[in-house]
Amino acid sequence: MAKVLMKGNEAIALAAIKGGVDAFYGYPITPQNEVPEYLSKHLLANGKVFLQAESEVAAINMVYGAAGAGKRVMTSSSSPGIALKQEGISYIAAAELPCVIVSVMRGGPGLGGIQPSQADYYQATRGGGNGDYQLIVYAPESIQETIDIMKESFDIADYYRNPVMVLVDGLIGQMMESVDFDKPVKERFLPEKDWATNGTMNHPGKRNIANSLQIDPKALEQHNIHLQEKYNTVKKNEVRYELINFDDPEYVIVAYGTMARICRSAIELLEKEGISVGMIRPISLFPYPKEAFAKIPDKAKGILTCELSQGQMLDDVLIANNGKHKVGFFGRSGGMLPDPEEIVEAIKNFNERVVK
Amino acid sequence: MKKTSNVKVAGFGGQGVMMFGQVLAYSATKDELFGLWFPSYGPETRGGTANCSVIVSDKQINSPVFKNADHLVAFNLPSLEKFRTKVEKDGLILYNGSLIKDDVKEDNILCIGVPVNDIANDLGNVRVANMVMMGAYLELTKLFSDETIEAIIKKFLGERKADLLDINMKAIEKGKAFIKDLGVNYA
Repeated sequence: MAKVLMKGNEAIALAAIKGGVDAFYGYPITPQNEVPEYLSKHLLANGKVFLQAESEVAAINMVYGAAGAGKRVMTSSSSPGIALKQEGISYIAAAELPCVIVSVMRGGPGLGGIQPSQADYYQATRGGGNGDYQLIVYAPESIQETIDIMKESFDIADYYRNPVMVLVDGLIGQMMESVDFDKPVKERFLPEKDWATNGTMNHPGKRNIANSLQIDPKALEQHNIHLQEKYNTVKKNEVRYELINFDDPEYVIVAYGTMARICRSAIELLEKEGISVGMIRPISLFPYPKEAFAKIPDKAKGILTCELSQGQMLDDVLIANNGKHKVGFFGRSGGMLPDPEEIVEAIKNFNERVVK
Repeated sequence: MKKTSNVKVAGFGGQGVMMFGQVLAYSATKDELFGLWFPSYGPETRGGTANCSVIVSDKQINSPVFKNADHLVAFNLPSLEKFRTKVEKDGLILYNGSLIKDDVKEDNILCIGVPVNDIANDLGNVRVANMVMMGAYLELTKLFSDETIEAIIKKFLGERKADLLDINMKAIEKGKAFIKDLGVNYA
């Protein structure tokens, strides 16, 4: 297929269809409304399920139910909406059910604003729900990468029996780019869903239960140990990142999503001024690409973390850096987007940016 | 063509600002270039100005955000005032000469007023003013061929408004003719 120009939210929806989504449950919120709008037209027309629930809480619990029945299910929302879904997300992770959650971040906290933001890094990687659970979180930088990850995300969710979150900011949702939907997806061996609660005619003599309640502490601890083993496998196998301009950089930027693209332009501007800056661009936020930091040359002058927040991924950068290099921070928030020139200035005045 | 063009398009809601920007991004995609479009949305659009940013490039686009535009297309005075200081050296400002009567001047920037409302009214439909501007813009920047633009506008109009293709293409022709008559070269 030739390239097409498509809005990010619509591309997310079409990529979900290509990824084999059976059902969508959601509740409207800006700036992700074109995801359900597109799916409402195209899922129903193809005999699939689209349902606008009465609330976010209802929507995520419908996801829980349909995922339990073994279907490929998704929801999408934006910051305060994702906050409302946290209880259900924790239950789904506990019950080890696969689903895809699209989070199109806007400025917070509270109801906040509707402009692009990355202030839900903690929400995505640390969870707002209770318990020792993790989502597998991807943060693409362009509509193309969002499509490629969306198509694959249902396989990854099924493979690990775990919710996958695709985390983008409002700009990726609202902008249009030239994209190609036909890039191949990595093939994974996916076992039968013999755990699905889809009726005993599908698993005679066996009663399947989807549940997150474990009253016996011994059993619950065993379940937690099992979950941690799974997350460790995810950490081993699913780390994704890109190294940019890593040939002997003077400074290294760490940025993801839209911020990474702004930094790409900043790096080009700095190159023209004879300042060589590399970038670690995490694509998976959980698992976080800690190993990339070992590739930073010893003599690099420092690491600048750039985010559309007041500093959340910064924590993971500090952990991964482990005191080796100076770490600085540049952030904009509330929906404000920096232009590349602001990043150029931050690198030039790195010492003023150092936090540790 | 310069390798990457950062374009800011701004005006009142209803003047076809978003369509103008999208036609450029669709044309880039059709010509196998990279196109990126994003609208201002939310509170910044209140108070009369709608604007969008477009990037057309022959290579992968990095930052979707730019500080200064290479080209500013302003359909009304508030938009011109808002963005005229955010244009690159050797850039281009195209403005609606029907609504902005003052002569616009900026150092090292080519500023041209095109009376797009008047020309569109002469054609019998003020709503094609944006395509008059498109004609002027393409005559100056040479970004896309008539063939590409026609295919994209056809797609935009769809079957329901297919009868409007003719007047849109005429509007583009008039915009081009206006620039030719001025004898200005830019690209």
